[in-house]
Amino acid sequence: METHILTICYLIASVSFILGLKMLSTPATAKRGNRLAGLGMLLAIAGTIFLYKDENGRHLHNFGLIIVALAFGSVIGYMAAKKVKMTAMPEMVSLFNGMGGACAALISIAEFNHLIQNPVNIGQMMNSIGFFVDDQSFGADRGKLLIILLGLIIGSVSFAGSVIAWGKLNGRIHDYAFKGQHVLNLAILALIIILAGFLWANVNGGVEFSAKTDFSHIRFSLDNGNQSRILFYSIVALALLYGVLFVMPIGGADMPVVISLLNSFTGVAAACGGFLYDNKAMLTGGILVGAAGTLLTILMCKAMNRSLKNVLIGSFGGGAAAPATPGKPGEQTVYKEITISEAAIIMAYSNKLMIVPGYGLAVAQAQHACHELERLLTDKGVEVKYAIHPVAGRMPGHMNVLLAEADVSYDKLLEMESANEEFPTTDIVLVLGANDVVNPAAKTDPSSPIYGMPILEVELAKTVIVNKRSMKPGYAGIENQLFYKPKTSMLFGDAKDVLQQLIMVIKNL
Amino acid sequence: MESFLNWISVHQQMIYIVILMIFLGIEVIGHVPSVLHTPLMSGANAIHGVVLVGAIIVMGKAESDNWLALILGFLAVVLGTLNVVGGFVVTDRMLEMFKKKK
Repeated sequence: METHILTICYLIASVSFILGLKMLSTPATAKRGNRLAGLGMLLAIAGTIFLYKDENGRHLHNFGLIIVALAFGSVIGYMAAKKVKMTAMPEMVSLFNGMGGACAALISIAEFNHLIQNPVNIGQMMNSIGFFVDDQSFGADRGKLLIILLGLIIGSVSFAGSVIAWGKLNGRIHDYAFKGQHVLNLAILALIIILAGFLWANVNGGVEFSAKTDFSHIRFSLDNGNQSRILFYSIVALALLYGVLFVMPIGGADMPVVISLLNSFTGVAAACGGFLYDNKAMLTGGILVGAAGTLLTILMCKAMNRSLKNVLIGSFGGGAAAPATPGKPGEQTVYKEITISEAAIIMAYSNKLMIVPGYGLAVAQAQHACHELERLLTDKGVEVKYAIHPVAGRMPGHMNVLLAEADVSYDKLLEMESANEEFPTTDIVLVLGANDVVNPAAKTDPSSPIYGMPILEVELAKTVIVNKRSMKPGYAGIENQLFYKPKTSMLFGDAKDVLQQLIMVIKNL
Repeated sequence: MESFLNWISVHQQMIYIVILMIFLGIEVIGHVPSVLHTPLMSGANAIHGVVLVGAIIVMGKAESDNWLALILGFLAVVLGTLNVVGGFVVTDRMLEMFKKKK
């Protein structure tokens, strides 16, 4: 009876995951979708704790410890999620994703130890039942080991990669690439697969051998156990190393794509757990996320007009930065600077101003200052709007979240197409820490790596003021001719400082 | 080899689920607007926290003198819970930002 109720719990949970994901992809229902999936999860977890029975029909034990662990994780998770600043959301998601990957890897480690500690099973089987049935049970062990290895490798890669991605997004870890890194990465991946295959075949062979001969060979398979253990932990170490090296060379601004990819990895790792425990909720949830996450990764790449291969091999991140930098001879390389007070004056006396927020605004957490400037200028009779590029900020859609947090009203946010229609009638465009999304090379220079990417055509406006920290190129590592145009003025400094100074000056005008 | 094929046919139900879920996962989020990419990723992140169920099973099956399994299970449950609770709360906060303005 209890088992049947549990089955129904898992069924409801699976459906809630599917519906939740569906609702999450439409703005109007997104919030309900998230809560629905959360409720389904609660049901699956509560059902597992109280109703789960193992093969021998026993309930789970260690209730005390389970509850303590759950409470511990819940409190920390809740606090971390509530306290994190809106600008730090992406790295938080990455960290949580890493926890999930680590969880999957730990399950695999525990199950592996269980598998090699209980070869007794094999002995009993051989003693009592015939050869054919034996073969089936060894096949089951073999299949189980395959799933364990799969969950282990994917989970470990996802964990290590997510932690590196987290470190990169909050600036603790810097890009690190060396020559031949891709070759080394591939070599490590190949080594992992070879070792895993060897381990699989090894345990395989040992078992088969003892199956075909007699009882005494179980000792042989136990000896094998120790070797297998060493092999197994080497795979763990290598998978972690691979995760680190895989994410290390990829540029900070590409992290969203990587996180999304690792997210789908963790989904697959979770699904491996579904196979191990014959658990349909884990299987559906995991595979669903694995598939949706992969598609989402591709969609994100598309929004940035990049291919996934491009992101992963990192031609933007490090390698190709060098050939892209030399400016073409004959092109203007002189830029002009503008002072805070000058900028404040022309902004306060303009009719229509468009703000183009970018990565720099997110990093400086300047969304509130930005909103204050907008209000101040609106009071002075300036029409202020925001032009949001689909990939502005740290993740697609991140900029909308940030500005919404600062109470910027929805109808002031223009999507790329409508913003581009309004630029010709705009007096001033204030670019706050955006670079590649306003680079005209995407339209004019077929040799540019970002050629073809849809951009905000700010050069159509009368005046462009660009706030940047320095003349350094953006993450695509290419020069931006916009900065050298006669109508462009540079306003150097941290986005938040600059905005606050602008506000001060405009207030006193 | 034969035994492995055997394993596949024993688990054919699961394999069917995997294949159907792959198509469903792709279908379900196919038309997501780019504004929702971040919350959707975060929501999906919370959903794969279902791996916690496996962690609870590991923990619950461990004999009380098997320290290795207990420690691994405990860690796994804590990490899995972080993934689930943190994931859903973060997503909820992100979506709160959207709702307020409507």
